[in-house]
Amino acid sequence: MALELRGAPREREVIVEHHPEDELLREDRIPHIWCPGCGIGVAVTAYIEAMKLAMDKIPLEKQVVVSGIGCTGRVAGYVSIDSYHTTHGRAIPFATGLKVANPELEITVFSGDGDLFAIGGNHFIHAARRNVDINVICCNNFNYGMTGGQVGPTTPEMAITTTSPYGNMEDGFNLPYLAAAAGAVFVARWTTLHFRKLRDAILHAFSKRGFTFIEIIAPCPTSFGRPNELGQGLDEMEWYRESCVIDHRANLKEIGLSMKKDSKIVVGNFLDIERPTFMDRYQEIIKRAKGQSSGGR
Amino acid sequence: MNLIVARHAKAEVEREAILAGTHFMSGDDACAEGAIAAGCRFYAGYPITPSSEIAERMARRLPQVGGVYLQMEDEIASMAAIIGAACAGAKAMTATSGPGFSLMQENIGLAFMTETPCVVVNVQRGGPSTGMPTLIGQADMMQVRFGSHGDYAVIAYAPASPQEMFDLTIKAFNMAEKFRTPVFVMSDELVGHMLERVVIDPERIELVNRKRPHVKPGEARLTPFWPFEPDEDLVPPMALAGEGYKIHVTGLTHDERGYPAATEPEVQERMLQRMLRKILDRREEIIEFEELELEDAEIVLIAYGSTARAALRALRLAREKGLKVGMLRLITPWPFPDKKVAELREAEIIVAEVNAGQMAREVERHVRKPVYRVNRLGGEPIHPEEILRKIEEVA
Repeated sequence: MALELRGAPREREVIVEHHPEDELLREDRIPHIWCPGCGIGVAVTAYIEAMKLAMDKIPLEKQVVVSGIGCTGRVAGYVSIDSYHTTHGRAIPFATGLKVANPELEITVFSGDGDLFAIGGNHFIHAARRNVDINVICCNNFNYGMTGGQVGPTTPEMAITTTSPYGNMEDGFNLPYLAAAAGAVFVARWTTLHFRKLRDAILHAFSKRGFTFIEIIAPCPTSFGRPNELGQGLDEMEWYRESCVIDHRANLKEIGLSMKKDSKIVVGNFLDIERPTFMDRYQEIIKRAKGQSSGGR
Repeated sequence: MNLIVARHAKAEVEREAILAGTHFMSGDDACAEGAIAAGCRFYAGYPITPSSEIAERMARRLPQVGGVYLQMEDEIASMAAIIGAACAGAKAMTATSGPGFSLMQENIGLAFMTETPCVVVNVQRGGPSTGMPTLIGQADMMQVRFGSHGDYAVIAYAPASPQEMFDLTIKAFNMAEKFRTPVFVMSDELVGHMLERVVIDPERIELVNRKRPHVKPGEARLTPFWPFEPDEDLVPPMALAGEGYKIHVTGLTHDERGYPAATEPEVQERMLQRMLRKILDRREEIIEFEELELEDAEIVLIAYGSTARAALRALRLAREKGLKVGMLRLITPWPFPDKKVAELREAEIIVAEVNAGQMAREVERHVRKPVYRVNRLGGEPIHPEEILRKIEEVA
């Protein structure tokens, strides 16, 4: 019954014993809290598939997910690996401590746009600057979904939300541009429509040493789609199909998102560079410190 | 490099890392050395007077012993980072003063809620707000008890000398590990910047590591390992990230499996009662105080931290004048030594502290009568003569 209320298809109802991703989901926590048409489930599936593809190199017990607070913040609660659901905005510094203490871990911060870029914005730029070897995946649905659809740091100009009822007067962040400027070594943007590209980008992020960032543009039909007349989740996917342009070499300065008619969503794997990580440099520091005196100053 | 000192249930003292000997050392430096002796190999912090010397010494010392010093972007990040490091198995610490302590409050709640052992040092200065950065205060004594939202129980130490900065920092780590909880060292500017003799003897150091799961991850399918299922002592064994237990850890109200139960009041009741009781039911083994000449005392001084030094001097001067004065020095302001203080109710009580009367309120609650107070609002220590004047007034 609960499933019906949640909008499962009634006509061709298919009941299976096991979900193909059960191995990496906490089955006993289903049903999840996400609304019908929400894009977060697709993002989680891409993450899980990437972990499966990486299993021969990164055993699952070394995969750790850290989330902040919000709808995307609940990802940590559904994925069956070591998972930490921290405070609002603080997933990145938590993950930094975890990674530095045990560099063997493959740590992914999975959180939302408000969590990572409003309350947690400072931590994002500093972790990128430090080049801490963690992956940051941001489900960007342009609003604070869990609290009822308020305006956020990525809400496009003039978009309607519950706290911008006459239209958003501010510009939203251009996240890939911000990440690249702050020092990330891998920067990508995909939508939930680009499932395979997204999964492969996450897989690539696992293989990278350093701070990686993937923005996932995701529908939020309940809180953002409705006031902005974007339709159901599927309609929003259709919008992605019509307006997305894949351009890996795009000028990041020019790929900010807009609600204006006929504007394009530029997606791609924009940046892929090498830079010494925090721990690479720290190994040198330890050598230096041990070469000098031992004990006190 | 191995920061994960808490991987084994038995704690080993790493002798070569300890700065053994007799030193002339500041309280802040002694605190850093105490942390290293306790096995702390991860420090995240943000510079703030009068605690910066702790960060500076950790930045110098940690790489020498294979640890990591991480200077974060603010105190919020510092607190989050030490919780993360502790979840990976490191013994982790941060140090700060008033404004930074305020910023840490939300994540201090996370450490309590997720039962993550870690140590937070507050070298108190004059407040509120930016206040008097370079001068003494003792006005965060209630903030350490109640500063984060929600109900929680606190273990806090108040060192009165550089030697105690060393000794009590080690004890703070041991208690954090034993009870799986954040523990506080509530120092003050005077003790932090004071230079005194500090004796470091590795033979006398005993360490505690957190309890480890009773089942291996491979066996977990037969006997499910629930990360928040407590033993008889109400403390759950701690699984670390990366061991294969597939744990879920959340700041939401959660059941023994670690799963969110944010709409279930009975789970909240069970979880929080246990978390409070694991500390408060055993407060007699945590509480520490020093008694001085209490046997015949008609007037009792109660003080802690650097103010206890002035109180001790006042006690000596009063005794020379034939006044029957004793003293109770709080070593753990929290948990508060409620029974001991209640025993003192027949005496006249004077509470001296560099704030507007924070611990005096707690003392009054337990002696059930008004107490005399000697206060200064920060910026200057209380002088022995001021306390002596109050003694003479009361006598």
